[in-house]
Amino acid sequence: METATQILLLIAAAIRLATPLLLAALAGIYAERSGVIDLSLEGKMLAGAFAGAALASVSGNVWVGALAAMATGILLSLLHGFATVTHRGNQVVAGMAINIAMAGLIPTVAQAIFALGGQTPQLGPAQRFLGLVLPFADGDGLVAQTYARLLSGHNALTWLAFLAVPATGWLLYRTGWGLRLRAVGENPYAVDTAGLPVARLRYQALVVNGALAGLAGAYLSMAANAGFSRDMTAGKGYLAIAALIFGRWAPVPTMLACLLFAFADAVQAQLQTVRILPSQFVGALPYILTVLVLALVGKGGGMPKALGIPYIKERGV
Amino acid sequence: MTDSMAPQTPALELVDVQKSFGAVRAVRGVSFAITRGTIHGIVGENGAGKSTLMNLVYGFHRADAGEIRVDGTARNITSPDDAIAAGIGMVHQHYMLVEPMTVLENIVLGTASSGPLARTERDAKAKLEQLMRETGLSLPLDARVADLEVGARQQVEILKALFRDAQILILDEPTSVLTPRDTERLFDALRRLRDHGRTILVITHKLEEITRLTDRVTVMRQGLVVGDVATRDVNEARLAEMMVGRPVLLRVEKGPANPGETVLELTDLSGRNFAGVSFKVRRGEIVGVAGVAGNGQSELLHAVAGLLPSSGGLAWKGEQVTRRDAAHLRALGVAHVPEDRQRDGLVQEFPAQDTAILGRHGDPALRRNGLLSRRAVRAHCEDRMRRFDVRPPDPAWPTRGFSGGNQQKLVLAREMECNPDLLLIGQPTRGVDVGAIEFIYARLIDLRDRGGAVLLVSSELDQLVSLADRILVMSGGKLIGEVAPQDATDERLGLMMGGVTAQAAAA
Repeated sequence: METATQILLLIAAAIRLATPLLLAALAGIYAERSGVIDLSLEGKMLAGAFAGAALASVSGNVWVGALAAMATGILLSLLHGFATVTHRGNQVVAGMAINIAMAGLIPTVAQAIFALGGQTPQLGPAQRFLGLVLPFADGDGLVAQTYARLLSGHNALTWLAFLAVPATGWLLYRTGWGLRLRAVGENPYAVDTAGLPVARLRYQALVVNGALAGLAGAYLSMAANAGFSRDMTAGKGYLAIAALIFGRWAPVPTMLACLLFAFADAVQAQLQTVRILPSQFVGALPYILTVLVLALVGKGGGMPKALGIPYIKERGV
Repeated sequence: MTDSMAPQTPALELVDVQKSFGAVRAVRGVSFAITRGTIHGIVGENGAGKSTLMNLVYGFHRADAGEIRVDGTARNITSPDDAIAAGIGMVHQHYMLVEPMTVLENIVLGTASSGPLARTERDAKAKLEQLMRETGLSLPLDARVADLEVGARQQVEILKALFRDAQILILDEPTSVLTPRDTERLFDALRRLRDHGRTILVITHKLEEITRLTDRVTVMRQGLVVGDVATRDVNEARLAEMMVGRPVLLRVEKGPANPGETVLELTDLSGRNFAGVSFKVRRGEIVGVAGVAGNGQSELLHAVAGLLPSSGGLAWKGEQVTRRDAAHLRALGVAHVPEDRQRDGLVQEFPAQDTAILGRHGDPALRRNGLLSRRAVRAHCEDRMRRFDVRPPDPAWPTRGFSGGNQQKLVLAREMECNPDLLLIGQPTRGVDVGAIEFIYARLIDLRDRGGAVLLVSSELDQLVSLADRILVMSGGKLIGEVAPQDATDERLGLMMGGVTAQAAAA
């Protein structure tokens, strides 16, 4: 029972740790399936984390915080779209520019508003996403324990993230909107000649992307922690990109990739307590795993063909 | 079939349509009309403005001035959406398909509502089944486009346009990647569509197709209409003359070949996309390689040029070549005019004089004190430009500023002026205007008559038949057989390109 509980705890931790990754990776799927490389997940998460915690703190309402996080993500997405879709700028450069700008801007703004050294005030229970304990989560035995540890106790954002996986699958593969979104990432010329607006489709994808990336940030400051602190994304935006590449831009495999990375993170946290290996080395394990996984996967299929290429109508003559 | 319906309103009418890109006046006031229920051809050299014109009709570009009338009503077409609404469909030269998706998904892409697809697809299927019965086209709707042959992909494009109720169907260079057999099938389908009352507009530079398929033809040159005639009143020579603006020799004049020693011998050579290829090329002959695009002939040419790895026997003047890199092969006496000169033959950003010495920059005549001499490079380029009639004759002009034909002449000058023992040349006239084609043919024959060997890969059967002394046919990466040009009918070559062996094809 002891080992079983340990494993259940590890998996439960992995689910929690996977949530922000999954939200961000799904955000990335929408953008990249439409043909826009999104390296700015990190910056959007950071901005979303701050906006969420700040507004939750000021308003005292968790949902106001969540909406603020989403709005901030969308705003940055529109900025990214303005640079890359409207003005056909380099998508990688624009994405990195957002990351660098947010890394500098957010702590400065936080300091200017709250004067707490770049943090937001501690959030109270009404301002956070707390675990939802499901009914009957107090039985004994393996089945009851599994139910109690794995399904019960997760917060609304975790539920949202995992429910967003089938929802994204349905949107992408079973609706006309998804068909067009995938088409615009594969061959925007086909979309244009079919009489459909390439730019508008990409902006739509970016709006969904911004909302999800903002929520991924909100999870960090409003669920996993009680408030924003500087650099709290710690590379999770990049990890999300790795997960979606590993998952070949498809929702379910991407979710599994997020769970794998999160599980490695949970194991790492456990190992820290044992102190056999230097903690820095143990802490680097999930990232090493990411690099290895990506190296092994290599350049597989699944990548949208028009990814990263600004759409320019051929100049006739 | 045109005169019986002369008084009716034209299906499509252009009135003084103009379009400029910066300083380039691509279309300079074009007017003509197309009768409903006919097949109308538009011919012209590259850069004559025919593709630009069609992009205007399809709303891909917006006209600067002029009017486009559909069924007598002036239409303001500013996007493909407008064109489709006006009943105009277009099959682009480069297919506008999403390869990982199914045929059905590609077809409903433009019309499906944002909501669930299942219902849309069911309804579309019913309509498509009926369209296929009407037109004689037949496609597996649930197959992925990536798995379809080129000819079938084109049918998807046609069906896509018909699905959206196109009454006027525009096809841009529809046969450029088709086998002769697929071409026949396409022409049959187009004739059937015409007989059902649809209007077909075909843009092409292949005169033979114009005379075979169309009812009427409009000839364009330098952005202007220079002729608009019933097809039965003209012949190919007359059309060519109208296109170029002067009489053109369509027949290639060449004496019999005088083959000498073998310069290149391939024995069981294999590489990417081709395997077990054996043949010889001798001095004083042009050996042509025919095949549908993608059947290994391009890779074969690249392998012999040292640009792709190969295994098996590759002998140069009787000795096996083990170092098969481009520099070594060039040093032995191989020259290469690549198929895709934009990618492999030129550096667009370089001035012409630098492009003209690419890969030949080691020549001591171009050097002084171990460094390149700008003056020598310039003089070298001026000399080549004069002899190959490159226009404008300015060595400092950027490579990208030259027309396709003049770029090709620059590459040819570079590769032929070192008197190679073997010239490898792929698609020598792709994107080259008719006037320059004559010149290129003459230089190739001249090289042969001076004792050079030429290995020519081309998708243009007419070109192979008129230039080559022997024609090899490749299919599926294998050499299918050899045909003498005088026996090479389109049917026979077509069968062999489809994989039928020489003996069976002759029978």
